[in-house]
Formats: sequence, C-alpha cells, structure tokens
Amino acid sequence: MDALLFRSGGWFCAFLLAVVACMLAVDSAFAIQMGIVAVAALVTLVATLRQADFETLGGRSGRPVATGYYDDVIRWGVIATMFWGLAGFLAGLYIALQLAFPALNLGLEYSSFGRLRPLHTSAVIFAFGGNALICTSFWVVQRTCRARLAFPALARFVFWGYQLFIVLAATGYLLGITEGREYAEPEWYVDIWLTIIWVSYLAVYLGTIVRRSEPHIYVANWFYLSFIVTVAMLHLVNNMSMPVSLFGSKSYSAFAGVQDALTQWWYGHNAVGFFLTAGFLGMMYYFVPKQAERPVYSYRLSIVHFWSLIFLYIWAGPHHLHYTALPDWAQTLGMVFSVMLWMPSWGGMINGLMTLSGAWDKVRTDPIIRMMVLALAFYGMSTFEGPMMSVKAVNSLSHYTDWTIGHVHSGALGWNGMITFAAIYFLTPRLWGRTRLYSLRMINWHFWAATLGIVLYASSMWVAGIMQGLMWREYGADGYLVYAFADVIAAMKPYYLIRATGGILYLAGALIMAWNIAQTIRGKLRDEAPLADAPYDPALDKPIQPVAA
Amino acid sequence: MTYDLLRHAADSWGLLFLTLVFVFAVWRAFRPSARAHHRDASLIPFRDESPNDD
Repeated sequence: MDALLFRSGGWFCAFLLAVVACMLAVDSAFAIQMGIVAVAALVTLVATLRQADFETLGGRSGRPVATGYYDDVIRWGVIATMFWGLAGFLAGLYIALQLAFPALNLGLEYSSFGRLRPLHTSAVIFAFGGNALICTSFWVVQRTCRARLAFPALARFVFWGYQLFIVLAATGYLLGITEGREYAEPEWYVDIWLTIIWVSYLAVYLGTIVRRSEPHIYVANWFYLSFIVTVAMLHLVNNMSMPVSLFGSKSYSAFAGVQDALTQWWYGHNAVGFFLTAGFLGMMYYFVPKQAERPVYSYRLSIVHFWSLIFLYIWAGPHHLHYTALPDWAQTLGMVFSVMLWMPSWGGMINGLMTLSGAWDKVRTDPIIRMMVLALAFYGMSTFEGPMMSVKAVNSLSHYTDWTIGHVHSGALGWNGMITFAAIYFLTPRLWGRTRLYSLRMINWHFWAATLGIVLYASSMWVAGIMQGLMWREYGADGYLVYAFADVIAAMKPYYLIRATGGILYLAGALIMAWNIAQTIRGKLRDEAPLADAPYDPALDKPIQPVAA
Repeated sequence: MTYDLLRHAADSWGLLFLTLVFVFAVWRAFRPSARAHHRDASLIPFRDESPNDD
C-alpha cells in the first residue's frame, strides 16, 4: 500500500510539474508538449491505481501463454511496431507524393515537406525499428539466457516511456520544434527523457543477462547489447546542447562549425551502424536459425563479424562530409574504413544465407524464410553500395542526389523492414498461443508487394540520382552550367512518380500484414490451401488396365 | 590535454592498442580449441523450452 501511494504520488507530482512547465512556457509549442506530458502522467496515474485494484481482488487474469518468460511487453511491442510501421510508411508515401505534386503541401506549415520528412524518418527508424528492436531483444535475451526478464516493471516503463518519446518527437516536428540534426531532431527535454528510458532499457537487458542460466552469452545478445550501449554513447555526445530557457523548446549545440558537422555524422552514421545494423543483426542471428531450424552456419564467423563491425563502423562517419571543410585526412579515414566494412558485412550476409545450406527448399515452401533471405540479400546489396558510394570519386557524383535516398531505402525497406516483418510473423503465433498464423499465403502476397515496391523504389532512385548528379555538373563550352536547378527538378518528375508507386506497393504489403497479424491475434485461421504439398493426380491414381489380347 | 596530444596518442599507441585488442578477439574465435565450445553455443537458441528460475 505504501509503495502504491509512493508511485501514484510520484506520477501526480510529475503531472503537476508538467502543468507548471506548461504555464511558465516561453513558447506555445513547449506549452503544447508539456500538455502532452501532463496527459501522459495522468493516464499513468490512473493506470497505476486501476492495476493495483485488480491485484487486491485476487491476482490479474491469466496471460494468454503461460510460460515463465515475461512476454506482456513483447506483445505490446509487436502491436506498436505494426502501428508505427503503418504510420511511418504512410508519412513516407505522402512526402514522396509531395515531391511529385507540391500542392500536397496544402499551404500549411504543419503539413509542409520540411516538417513531415523528419516525422517519416523518425517514425520508421525509431518508432517502427525501435519498437521492433526493443520487443525482439526482450524475447531473444530471455530465450537465449533461459532466464525471466529482469525488472518487469522497469520493462513496462521502458515500453510506455519510449512511446511517449515518439509522440513528443512527432508532435514536436509538426509544431516546428527541431534541433536540425539528422536522425536526432528532438529538442533537449525530449533527449533527456530518452536518456532515462535508454538507461532503464540497458538495466533490464543487462539484468537479464546477469541472471542467465546459460553460461555462454549467445552472439545475438552481443549485437543487441552493442546496439544499446553505443546508441547511449552516440545520443549523449551528439545532443550536448544548452537550452535557451528551462521552459522553452529551443537549445544550441555545444559544438560549432565543422566540429558540429562531424559530431552529427559521427552520430548519424553510427545510428545506421548500431541502430539499423547491429541491432537488426541481433534479430537475424536468432530468428534465421530458429525459423530454418538449424544453427547458424558458422558461429566463429558470427564472432568475427561482430568484432569487425564494432571496430570499423565507428570510424566511417566522415564519408558524409567529403569535399567539405573537414580535414582531408579525416575524409580519407572515413572512406577507407567504409570500404573495409564491406568485408565483415558480406561475411555476415554469407553466414546468414549459408545457415540455409541443406535446407534451400524452405525458400520455396516457407514464406518467412523467403523474407529472411530477401532481407539478407538486401543487407548484402546495401553494404556493397554504401562502401562504393563512400569512395570520394563516386561520392562527388552521388552526394546530395536521390541516389543516396535510393541507397538508404534499399537498406531500410529491404534489410530492416523485411527482417522485422519476418521476426513479427515468427513471434505473433507464439506470443498469443496460436497454432499458426492466420494465413501463410498472405505472407506471400506481402512478400511480393514489398519486393516489387523496393525494386521500383531503388531502381527509379538510382536512375534519378545519377541523372541529377550528371545534370548538376554539366558545363557548356562557355564555362556556364548547362541546367538550371528547376530543369533538373522537371526531369526528376517521372522518377518521383515511379518511386511513389513503389511506396504504395510497400504500404499495401504492410497493410496485408497488419490484417494477417490482427486476425492471428483474434485467433482466426484462414481456410486456404497449403503453400506446398506433394503432387497428387486422382486421374492417374488407378492401376493400368491390362490390354486385351 | 591538447588536440595535438590526443591526435598523436590516437595514431600511435591508441591505434596499436586497438589493433591488438582486435587481433586478440579474432584469434580467440579462430583457435582450434574453441571449436567444441562454438558448436555448443550455436545450439543455444534451440534450448529455450523453459526458463530455469521459475
């Protein structure tokens, strides 16, 4: 009872503090954000009190799957991943259409491209990807350590606190609050909140590893742990800033000029390296062996993969600043390390793909395996393309063009998206105790819609980007640039339309998935023919008639 | 601690130290005596039927 009073009192104090901050706010955007915090604190207060009542009434109702593992947070995480995925893909489609049809900016500041773009990137990376990483990491760490999740209450706080972070970030972008730092746009107070969440996440994760019954820490956990620790480090350094007012949404960075630029891209590229690569490799090293029902091709290679990524990735950031005020040696360093990264990346891809050796028929019969194979293929493709684009000569053509956008999306849609979809298809029936998914055939539809979408997206952006780069650098005989900026934009229009079509297909695939997952959770099974069966022809299923003499 | 000092520490002893740590980590993975251990570790995901502390 004392603990309940203490907790609910704490949430009430948080509510009061948010209301006070709202009243003292120096700008209206900050007031709105503090209003959201106040509502969140109030909802948490109510939830705390209601839950406590259930407990005194004699224990909460049983969980859908009665195992010793703590899976509630993972179930919420699967639903959150689906929800934010759809929101993020929709925002991406909308801004893709804005590029083709500028009227879709609607003439409002809130719906302008500049505000919706960070909404899209943060929604897909941090909301979709982040929730997927948090929930799969909680699944993997429990199963591979064979220990119940440490600090379940803290895990619930991590989940709901992370959702508040997402809501604050997203509403902030729409209101025009931004630090203007790529993939780290949220302002100082949201950064502090995320730091609290992230330290709690680390505590839950490490706590579970410390309580493990399995002596060896499985390699997937190394990847997840490096993701958690490195993101904490990146977040703290990149967001060092001084707020103008304790009750205002504006802050200024601790760094200036090229130091600030390098800090941003040291963060930015390692967000790719440790959030979008190391974390998702943790997923890969658990879910691919599980779904293929065979151990990873080479455990030794997975360890070498891990250490090589850790040692190389952190130096690759300067390749985002070729031909800038950054010292030349630093640019070359970034380039060389990016090219070296190609080797461990392909080692990891081969390791994942070869896990299927001896079971390649599963690519034909199991649509989840097919998704995993496509994810690994795109991991390989984008980790080849990236080092190539980091070479200065290539970068002088590709930088600032839509080639970069195509590269990012082949990695994000192909690798991160597909491995996440596969992991969620794996988890859902197990988390809700269903015999199987609602429909395996719908995974197949999802697979082909998404694949076609990625192909349209990546190929149109390659052509558009290279064309754009060549047009920008085209000089006439008189030494003047041949094309005006508007000429280039006019030439891009057809490719923007192809790209948006790719986006529609990818979103359509995700909608099919959302339906499939929702029906699985409801416990429905679709009446459908199995994907693969041994052939049987009733017409031939009879003895040969003896021929009359 | 000046920029110059950090710069020279990074491209001499720092570089050597990190390279040695990396070589050590890779050597540990490749040494023949680790083979049985790796085979066992790769099977961990398939031993997840129940947690031991329940």
